[in-house]
Amino acid sequence: MTYAAKNLTTGGRELIAFRVGDQEFCVNIMSVREIRGWTPATPMPHAPAYVLGVINLRGAVLPIIDFSARLGMKPAEPTVRHVIIVAQVKSQVVGLLVDAVSDILTVSDSDIQPTPDIASDFERSFARGVLAIEGRMICLVELDSVFPHEEREAA
Amino acid sequence: MDMNEIKEIFFQECEEQLAELESGLLKLNDGDRDPETVNAVFRAVHSIKGGAGAFGLDDLVSFAHVFETTLDCVRSNRLEPNQEVLKVMLRSADVLADLTNAARDGGSVDEARSRQLIKELEALANGEVPQAAAEPAPKAAPPAAAAPVPPVNEEGFQPVAFSFEEFETGEEPAIDLPTYEILFRPKSDLYAKGNDATLLLRDLSRLGEMSIHCDMDGLPALDRMNPEAAYFAWKISLKTDKVEEAIRSVFEFAEWDCELEVMLADDQAQAHEELPMQPVPFDLSMLDEEPRASVEEEDRTVAGERDIRELAGSAAEATSNVVQMTPSAARVPAESGRSAASAAAQSAASQQAASAATPTIRVDLDRVDRLINLVGELVINQAMLSQSVIENDTNGTSSINMGLEELQQLTREIQDSVMAIRAQPVKPVFQRMSRIVREIADMTGKSVRLVTEGENTEVDKTVIDKLAEPLTHMIRNAVDHGLETPEKRIAAGKNPEGTVRLTAKHRSGRIVIELADDGAGINREKVRQKAIDNDLIAADANLSDEEIDNLIFHAGFSTADKISDISGRGVGMDVVKRSIQALGGRINISSKPGQGSVFTMSLPLTLAVLDGMVVTVANQTLVVPLTAIVETLQPEASAIHSFGANQRLISIRNSFCPLVDVGRILNFRATQANPVDGVALLVESEGGGQRALMVDAIQGQRQVVIKSLEANYTHVPGIAAATILGDGRVALILDVDAIVAASRGQALKPEMSLAAAG
Amino acid sequence: MKKRVLTVDDSRTIRNMLLVTLNNAGFETIQAEDGVEGLEKLEDANPDVIVTDINMPRLDGFGFIEGVRRNDRYRAVPILVLTTESDAEKKNRARQAGATGWIVKPFDPTKLIDAIERVTA
Repeated sequence: MTYAAKNLTTGGRELIAFRVGDQEFCVNIMSVREIRGWTPATPMPHAPAYVLGVINLRGAVLPIIDFSARLGMKPAEPTVRHVIIVAQVKSQVVGLLVDAVSDILTVSDSDIQPTPDIASDFERSFARGVLAIEGRMICLVELDSVFPHEEREAA
Repeated sequence: MDMNEIKEIFFQECEEQLAELESGLLKLNDGDRDPETVNAVFRAVHSIKGGAGAFGLDDLVSFAHVFETTLDCVRSNRLEPNQEVLKVMLRSADVLADLTNAARDGGSVDEARSRQLIKELEALANGEVPQAAAEPAPKAAPPAAAAPVPPVNEEGFQPVAFSFEEFETGEEPAIDLPTYEILFRPKSDLYAKGNDATLLLRDLSRLGEMSIHCDMDGLPALDRMNPEAAYFAWKISLKTDKVEEAIRSVFEFAEWDCELEVMLADDQAQAHEELPMQPVPFDLSMLDEEPRASVEEEDRTVAGERDIRELAGSAAEATSNVVQMTPSAARVPAESGRSAASAAAQSAASQQAASAATPTIRVDLDRVDRLINLVGELVINQAMLSQSVIENDTNGTSSINMGLEELQQLTREIQDSVMAIRAQPVKPVFQRMSRIVREIADMTGKSVRLVTEGENTEVDKTVIDKLAEPLTHMIRNAVDHGLETPEKRIAAGKNPEGTVRLTAKHRSGRIVIELADDGAGINREKVRQKAIDNDLIAADANLSDEEIDNLIFHAGFSTADKISDISGRGVGMDVVKRSIQALGGRINISSKPGQGSVFTMSLPLTLAVLDGMVVTVANQTLVVPLTAIVETLQPEASAIHSFGANQRLISIRNSFCPLVDVGRILNFRATQANPVDGVALLVESEGGGQRALMVDAIQGQRQVVIKSLEANYTHVPGIAAATILGDGRVALILDVDAIVAASRGQALKPEMSLAAAG
Repeated sequence: MKKRVLTVDDSRTIRNMLLVTLNNAGFETIQAEDGVEGLEKLEDANPDVIVTDINMPRLDGFGFIEGVRRNDRYRAVPILVLTTESDAEKKNRARQAGATGWIVKPFDPTKLIDAIERVTA
């Protein structure tokens, strides 16, 4: 983990910030494989509503998650202006549909505040913490919990 | 190449040898008495032992050694390889395989089992009559050689403890070294076997300081000289700190082909008699422990060597000069000419034999897989290119179209060729099954014969790898549940030995594997009752024989009265069926009471591509595996009959077949489609019975590259996999059996997928 | 000039070990998989010494040695038998067939090179 080692020495980490509706989120840049435009997805039967379907990513089948819907917010109506953040957790790769990528942030661990108590368990499971950047609040996303696992579907 | 790589090669070779061993033993078991079969079996064990020795795998070596010794008795006709003997040998082959695996992967083996087999093998080698299988081998004291055989000492000689230090202690080097008088008189055989007196003298000179006298007295007159004969003798005085054994060891290879006398010079013999020297029998095996005096080239007496070379060299020259002059020399070329001719004939014959075997190369599987993936991409890209050309090409330029057609053909050919690289014969899996049969037969006390056919039928390696597990379950099932005990078989007028027949063949682009037993067949009454007890069917259900037989594939179904160790819990036929389905295959059973059952599995030849029918359902493009489709129909309104609240049947040639609305089942639409607007695909499903799958339209047939959904997502009920079509979009491949099962009222549940289960 | 060694052994493992050992010791190695191939390759290999196994398919070591000794050009080439078969009877047969010497397995590189040095100039 070269990146972890770098964190230790500089205390900094790079994050990609994106917008969904009027909220801002961010993920660790090391998890992001690429960012691409929206292409229509092939719907999958019996999938949760937030799984828009699958697309062809250079020969691999990539599931697309509507990030807004995943968080229980208003489902997206994808347009060509939407972007897909292709992110990897462990061995799986998933595309997150978001409104737009807004920023690349360099922050230190001390900039990340714990998730406030008022959030419900549901929100807390996605949030690893919050950041205050130039008067904006950006939520650091726990990517693993965004991924569609079977046990979550069943729940 | 380093030793690790060679070790890897060794283990690969072991696998081949073990397979060879087993198939050879099975041939012997079937009454084959071809000496070459026995030799091949012997050689397999021998090779394993040889390699294992080089890597210091002592357990493997000692077991292989005992095994080899017994096999040697068979080879030399001292032991008749009857069924009992072969039983021991087949079990020994299993242990040898276990030992090999343990040597490679670590882990341990059943030591009691190998010790027991060593005893049995030794008993056989010692001419003891094998006991009946049930009885343990006699506990009689093992023969003298039975003590664990040290791998190095293979001569069977008792090594003599012999220490060189004793001789060297107290002896000041270079001062007053003993002098040996050596008489060396080669026989002509020495030269005939490629030894050379010059070289022997050279090696001798490396032991110390020596002077040499060549005795040419034996040289006859030229006209009586035989050029092939040896006429010279050498008398050598050697001053050395080495013992007599070191001197003799120089002549190790020549010992039989010369006269050799080695003795201490008189004046020194006296002094040395006081040393605790025992007469040691000259034993070649001891040479392994001999200090290598001759290695130390620096120590040799350079001058001495030169002298000898000159001397010996001129002697050899003299001999060879003489050869040219003797009249008898004429005989030699004539003779060797004849033998050359016969050698040539031999070599021609062998060349024929060699040409029969096609040369092969070993390739890393990763490389092949990468190639297959790339070709998959190529196929997709080619399809995309064709599609966009067709879309953009309004005037239909024929040269472009022709080029595209050729490209398509080439692509297809490349794909087929690449797929063929991965194709391998099912032989290794089949061979593994014979061990399973033996083990189960032993455990159940049944007598079973496994007959295999079509072992060379080829199928994709992935399929082969995944075939072993379901096949193992089925074989266990066949022996445990299918075959009767010998007593019952005799009572039924059958051969007490049951037969399990494992067959592989190609049939219409798929591989069909059949497993037939000649047991009692399915007890339909019992199965039916069990199904009723387990609420699988209604008590008054009217089922055909075939439908009853196929009930055994239901989850948790086991007809054995008690759960045995062998079939175990949860290793029912439902698991087998799901494994086969996961491979894109299907399985069914046919059974005749009293005559046995036949399981038939049909599997795709590759897991990488599939011939599919591309269809439209609720504006979505789906692919239906072509192998599932029996026929396609354009339903007419008059053929559609409502049945109950939601069910509809379609009449086809006077029979009624349930209609399955694919769009509904996949939840692609909320209401049922009108069958008359669509197309019906008549499919054959597992467990018998046909269903008509309703789709909106057929787009065409196409070979598609199978892409995993599970890699980045999870298993989707009703969907087997995904593919990428010519337009670059993902299309889902329908899991026909799951859809049909869902139409029977079983919901499409995630736990139906094997991926979720395991 | 490198010395040329023809190795005849049906075991891929042993063949490779011989190859590595001999190449490291500065020999040129020509491989054959059994006696028949050994005889076929004899002319091209033109070996200074031959190392052969005994137990091989098609043509065993005894037959191979006899074949070499019948060949006018190679009948004096030293032949070392590399085999686990070291009981007196087997040695005797190898000798009768015309083997120059033997190396008892398990395979030991030093023993092999020593033996080759011993029978070659």
